Amino acid sequence: MTQRLIVSRRALLAGAAGALAMPAIRPAFAQGAPIKVGVLHSLSGTMAISETALRDTVLMMVEDINSKGGLLGRKVEAVVVDPASNWPLFAEKARELLQVHKVDVTFGCWTSVSRKSVLPVYEELNGLLFYPVQYEGEEQSKNVFYTGAAPNQQAIPAVEYLMSDDGGKARRIALLGTDYVYPRTTNRILRAYLNSKGIADADILEEYTPFGHSDWQGIVSRVKRFAGEGKKTAIVSTINGDANVPFYRELGNQGIKAEDIPSVAFSVGEEELAGIDTKPLVGHLAAWNYFMSVDSPVNTEFKKMWASYIKNPKRVTNDPMEATYTGFKMWSQAVTKAGTTAVDAVRQAMYGQQVAAPSGYTEQMFENHHLSKPVMLGEIMENGQFNIVYKTPTAIPAENWSPYIPENANRRKG
Amino acid sequence: MLRVLLVLLVLAVPARAQDAFTTALAGLSGNFTAQAEAVERLGALGDPRALPILQALGEGRLLKRADGVLLLRQGEALREALSGGASTEAGEVLRINNRVRGALRGAFGRLQLLSPVEAERLAAADGLFRSRSAENVAMLEDALGREASARVRPVMELALAASRLAAGEDSAKRQGIILLGGSSSPEARAVLLEARAANAGLAAEIDQAVAAIDRRLQLKRAAETAFQGLSLGSILLLAALGLAVTFGVMGVINMAHGEMVMLGAYTTVVVQEALRGIPALAPLSLPLSVPAAFLVTAAVGVALERGLIRHLYGRPLETLLMTFGVGMILQQSVRLIFGAQNREVVSPAWMQGTLQLPGGIEVTQNRLWIIFFSLVVLGLTVAAIRFTRFGLEMRAVVQNRRIAATMGIRTGRVDAMTFAFGSGIAGIAGVAVSQIDNVSPNLGTGYIIDSFMVVVFGGVGSLAGTMIGALTLGIVNKMLEPWAGAVLAKIAVLVGIMLFIQRRPKGLFALKGRAAEQ
Repeated sequence: MTQRLIVSRRALLAGAAGALAMPAIRPAFAQGAPIKVGVLHSLSGTMAISETALRDTVLMMVEDINSKGGLLGRKVEAVVVDPASNWPLFAEKARELLQVHKVDVTFGCWTSVSRKSVLPVYEELNGLLFYPVQYEGEEQSKNVFYTGAAPNQQAIPAVEYLMSDDGGKARRIALLGTDYVYPRTTNRILRAYLNSKGIADADILEEYTPFGHSDWQGIVSRVKRFAGEGKKTAIVSTINGDANVPFYRELGNQGIKAEDIPSVAFSVGEEELAGIDTKPLVGHLAAWNYFMSVDSPVNTEFKKMWASYIKNPKRVTNDPMEATYTGFKMWSQAVTKAGTTAVDAVRQAMYGQQVAAPSGYTEQMFENHHLSKPVMLGEIMENGQFNIVYKTPTAIPAENWSPYIPENANRRKG
Repeated sequence: MLRVLLVLLVLAVPARAQDAFTTALAGLSGNFTAQAEAVERLGALGDPRALPILQALGEGRLLKRADGVLLLRQGEALREALSGGASTEAGEVLRINNRVRGALRGAFGRLQLLSPVEAERLAAADGLFRSRSAENVAMLEDALGREASARVRPVMELALAASRLAAGEDSAKRQGIILLGGSSSPEARAVLLEARAANAGLAAEIDQAVAAIDRRLQLKRAAETAFQGLSLGSILLLAALGLAVTFGVMGVINMAHGEMVMLGAYTTVVVQEALRGIPALAPLSLPLSVPAAFLVTAAVGVALERGLIRHLYGRPLETLLMTFGVGMILQQSVRLIFGAQNREVVSPAWMQGTLQLPGGIEVTQNRLWIIFFSLVVLGLTVAAIRFTRFGLEMRAVVQNRRIAATMGIRTGRVDAMTFAFGSGIAGIAGVAVSQIDNVSPNLGTGYIIDSFMVVVFGGVGSLAGTMIGALTLGIVNKMLEPWAGAVLAKIAVLVGIMLFIQRRPKGLFALKGRAAEQ
């Protein structure tokens, strides 16, 4: 109650400040066509639950940059398309953004299958894509900057935590995922990692379900049986999209408590929890590089900006939104440095860019097109926020080519 | 007796124990490791003053003031944990993690084992079962001697058995193994297997006990699979029942059927939100949603039939395309009104958790209610068609439209009513679906294919066929799932139906006679 009051008061303040500032800053844009920013996020279909907020974040950043006089003296304009959680449609919409709208940069995609679908388009037309979501790695394109986590920045530290004293010393792991490239690759990396830590294949359960799966009875009772072998068991969930809601509901109904079988999710954040009754889920974990509950000045600023933009005190911030924010900041810094939006010049200017991110750490773009990021683990609290129970002391550089995938390991460079 | 003991305890507590208590308490504001140790120590000390403090810690109501004093929050009031004095200055809430939560469960077990409240004793015994420490043996033996409740006793016995297994002497361990082997809980099995590594000398006994549990678990697993199949079947039945009327009886290929289910689910959301402010009615929001959803979707059904479908009778392809378009319009309208985000539907308390059946079989409450609900809806549908004037007219129009019209039946009106009836049932299905699936604008797309599958498999026009078809598909799906996985099981069922339809194009229950030939 008090929390909501504070948020609304904060929103009010920010709104008032905005209203006062409005007439003062009427940016006069220099001559020249506006800079176009493409937004390629699903606004309908199974991924809309996660991706809609990312569109709003890009729009917020565009509004913010325009209120400060635009970029290179030019106005920034967003072009929003809806690929509707339809993977082939992502490629068509990407082509439309690049060829019809001639966008200078695109912020987009959530699922890896959508990113894989647009990748050839961006490479063929030499576009620039900022991808803001944690993913399985094993990719590096000169046309994509990855501002989400690679497996060594999320999946592996999360499993390390589960196996630690604080995490409950798990020795049996159930890998549950949605049936597509991200969960399958991540689980392949995790299996190799677990094997290297002395966990035999018999102690690993791997299960996949389709997008939007709603009947979790069988799988959850299977996990319960799997846990009945006398070793501490934990669930690692790469379940994506709204299938998480019935999954967590089934966990709650079958009485799986986090103290007995903790689960750690890689794609569930504050936004996804907004549609769930979180009381039975207290203690289940998520691994990210940012939580809304992070206590840092940049985060306070970020949350204030979001609240005054979205004008709804119930809307939360989450990790991919933070990655979008950081990516947008970096891109605008790189454009300023390069003095142009030309893709090749911006790419060179991106390397080494640093941004003080809402995560409370300074994140840097490396030549492997990935960001250094801190790793955090949060336990779900009753109010749908996360209680951060672990975080790394520094931001960790990404290993996008995992040493646990033998055929790609030799592609790693220093 | 208890009170006397307590008084004695308090009198006997020397200054050193007092120190131990306050020292342990100080650990609660440390890091997670310190917290877990402090909780364990407080549980072991057995001081009753610890209970409210630990409860507050578990519920996030324990605060640390800047000067290090622990505060309890009760409602809006703050008071000092030890002195009980009011505090005006607030503090920082002490956060815990799973490890501390696990330690708390053990501590509550020790502190509440003799509580006068049955539910607390039950939770305490369960907590001691999970923490399984040899130190608890004497305490549990004592508590078991006093325990009269038939619900608590078996849990206490298991806790005692598990604690004995952790004890020193082999004879106590053997007793524990025998007791655990007599249960049919997977947790007991886990405890035994855990102990196996440390007790090589008892491996044979442990294996025997585990085998005994496994035999019982196998039965239990079969029963649970059957229940899960029934549950999936009941969802399919609910979703398909409305279609069995509109498609089966009227022959309208209604691709917007899934959207009717979706509208029913959104009606539940609206009713729930409207009643949230009225405490007297809020618990009834789900039952009240049923008639509301029926009325809303029936009204949409009437509008759809009168406005569009009746102009396209006898042109199935156009009907298909048109209803498909209507479905998309409905989806987008809902998306515009309610947003693309999923909406939360709170399950009432009586639909949460699991129900223990004899033999240790666990069934989830919400699924149980939905099975029951689907059978009621089926019964009402059959009754409406068999025994009401509307049902009679409906059957007459289906069998021979012209003769029915000459008898004075207004066939147009009956068509509209029938379509509204089918749509209304789909809306009711939406109320049930909102309890297990996501309420999102594209909720319906997941059900439309399954519904057609059930109706065609069961035999177009036959309600009995729809029921048998739905339950068969549900059970077969759940039986295949454990060894084929969720994705393959679904594919296997689809292939099975294709082959079946090849052999019997009219489904399980083919209607015979003139009506079927039309």
